[in-house]
Amino acid sequence: MEPVVRIASRTVVLPADNVDTDQIIPARFLTGTRRDGLGASLFADWRRDGAGELRADFPLNRPEAAGARILVAGANFGCGSSREHAPWALTDYGFAAVVSPSIADIFKGNAVRNGLVPVEIEPAAHRELVSRPGAEIVIDVETGTVSLPDGGSARFDLPPFARRCLLTGRGPLDFLLEQEAAILRHEQGKDDRAETP
Amino acid sequence: MGPPRTLFDKIWDAHEAVPAGPDHPAVIYVDTHLIHEVTSPQAFALLRERGLRVRRPDRTWATVDHSIPTRFVEGRPAFLNRATRNQVETLERNCGEHGIPLFRMGDPGQGIVHVIGPELGLTQPGRTIVCGDSHTSTHGAFGAWAFGIGTTEVAQVLATQCLLQERPRTLGIEISGRLGAGVSAKDLILGVIRRFGVAAGRGHVIEYRGAAVRALDMEARMTLCNMSIEAGARAGLIAPDETTFAYLEGKEHVPSGDGFAGLVARWSRLPTDEGAAFDRVLSFDAGSLEPMVTWGTNPGMSCGISEAVPAPADAEERAALDYMGIEAGRPLLGRPADVVFIGSCTNARISDLRAAARVLAGRRTNPATQLLVVPGSAQVRRQAEAEGLDEVFRSAGAEWRAPGCSMCIAMNGDRLSPKELAVSTSNRNFEGRQGPGGRTVLASPVTAAASALAGAVADPRPFLQD
Repeated sequence: MEPVVRIASRTVVLPADNVDTDQIIPARFLTGTRRDGLGASLFADWRRDGAGELRADFPLNRPEAAGARILVAGANFGCGSSREHAPWALTDYGFAAVVSPSIADIFKGNAVRNGLVPVEIEPAAHRELVSRPGAEIVIDVETGTVSLPDGGSARFDLPPFARRCLLTGRGPLDFLLEQEAAILRHEQGKDDRAETP
Repeated sequence: MGPPRTLFDKIWDAHEAVPAGPDHPAVIYVDTHLIHEVTSPQAFALLRERGLRVRRPDRTWATVDHSIPTRFVEGRPAFLNRATRNQVETLERNCGEHGIPLFRMGDPGQGIVHVIGPELGLTQPGRTIVCGDSHTSTHGAFGAWAFGIGTTEVAQVLATQCLLQERPRTLGIEISGRLGAGVSAKDLILGVIRRFGVAAGRGHVIEYRGAAVRALDMEARMTLCNMSIEAGARAGLIAPDETTFAYLEGKEHVPSGDGFAGLVARWSRLPTDEGAAFDRVLSFDAGSLEPMVTWGTNPGMSCGISEAVPAPADAEERAALDYMGIEAGRPLLGRPADVVFIGSCTNARISDLRAAARVLAGRRTNPATQLLVVPGSAQVRRQAEAEGLDEVFRSAGAEWRAPGCSMCIAMNGDRLSPKELAVSTSNRNFEGRQGPGGRTVLASPVTAAASALAGAVADPRPFLQD
């Protein structure tokens, strides 16, 4: 995982609320055994029609969306399944951050673990971003701020550990592996207790 | 005696291997890790990249369910394609290499991961249970803290048997009243989600409480907890009681005799203490519910079977009605159904099949409607066959399949064609969930069975009068 400190990019706006992981990547694209190459299936049934042609009116397909690394989405983004294929598809496509008034729990954790920054901001700031698709904005992971097109800025929270993971590119597995002694102590006590409190 | 604690607090406290620090969340020990063929291959690849081993293969259990076929051709499983077969073979290799017990297709213990855990007695009160699948919340019915995780977390648990967790808030949902005839736990959870919304539980662990919950049997409790994730919560719990203990007694992985008595004594201390506070409390009356059906593209978009589909409140609801080809202002009753699917981790346990069979017995499905009955596990399938339910289904015109997730996630070839409508006992009516362009009406097993007979969305209650 590469460190992520600051993202400066145009936005793509997908304003619908409750975008679920079956839309982000439909289940029929989960038959692989690898993490890469899923960008082609991102929003597959929204990007393409039944005949496989790109839908010109879908925000990601507009010419000005090319190269944009920030997705501005509606509330409760990423609800539904736990499939990590959702952030894998978003990052493989080129996205580095998702900005929303609220992001679903499992997706949020999966995003951080893949260097995709989950940015939850106040509804007013979100409305400003939704009204200005293609705006050039900057997300600063270190300070937890997003620059808004009207010149203002919005704050977003990240748990300290998640922030550190993003900034250092070092994931929870390294941390957990360092806790071996404590885990072993806990485990031994637990086995004695037949694992019930 | 410390301060009063909730059920969730007690499980959290007992599993904190390392408490949260200023710069890291708590390290939570995982008692039971369930894995399957779709979300585990990349986790094993990660272990290989890092040269790590599975720390506790004895706490890890694997099954195949998501992408496996439910049909056999000339005695061999009819895999959709090479990729799905490869996922199964990859899991077999990974389990073989790491010494993880695996239930293969055809094994007596195989089935949908959330059906077999309880069946085998692996799901026990007070445990922490995780799986790379969001419906892991099902196991919360036993008073276990059970939640879905991503694949990177699957790798973390394989390597360390632990996860880093931010402590979730607690949400108590008090459910009063009694479910009416023909109204089930499925209707209850759809009613709860309709009332409080698909994001109500975000950031929370739900505890379902109250008389209506106590009155449910274990399989109904599993249905309720299963769809906690559709209410936005990673986990939903029900305190263990005599109903829980009676279900667990005699299960393969539950000790018997004095061992069982000792466990029951400990499990009995788990329920939320008098005076313990939840971060949030909601109340719901189960008594006024009728059978529920969804009319839209998220599980909150539902109404009672005899109720008119409400006028769209916003652009999202308008788009949903448009996708579904449904008009607001009149009930869904009578809307033709191309397919009826009875299956999934929500509603494919033996009591679900018995309820559906009661509606179907001695009757024939509408010839225009395909009825697919997919048992949740090999054990459910055997039990159903021992009771003659398979004959009831076949005589009614249904296809009786081998266990798996099947048309709930539509990865294995069991899927809708564009614009086809299914009345489905599964958990998600998202766009394309059951096949690209497919339309899903979520309902209970009896509503699904009645709809298969009518060839259209139907009220089950007339079929249940003796």
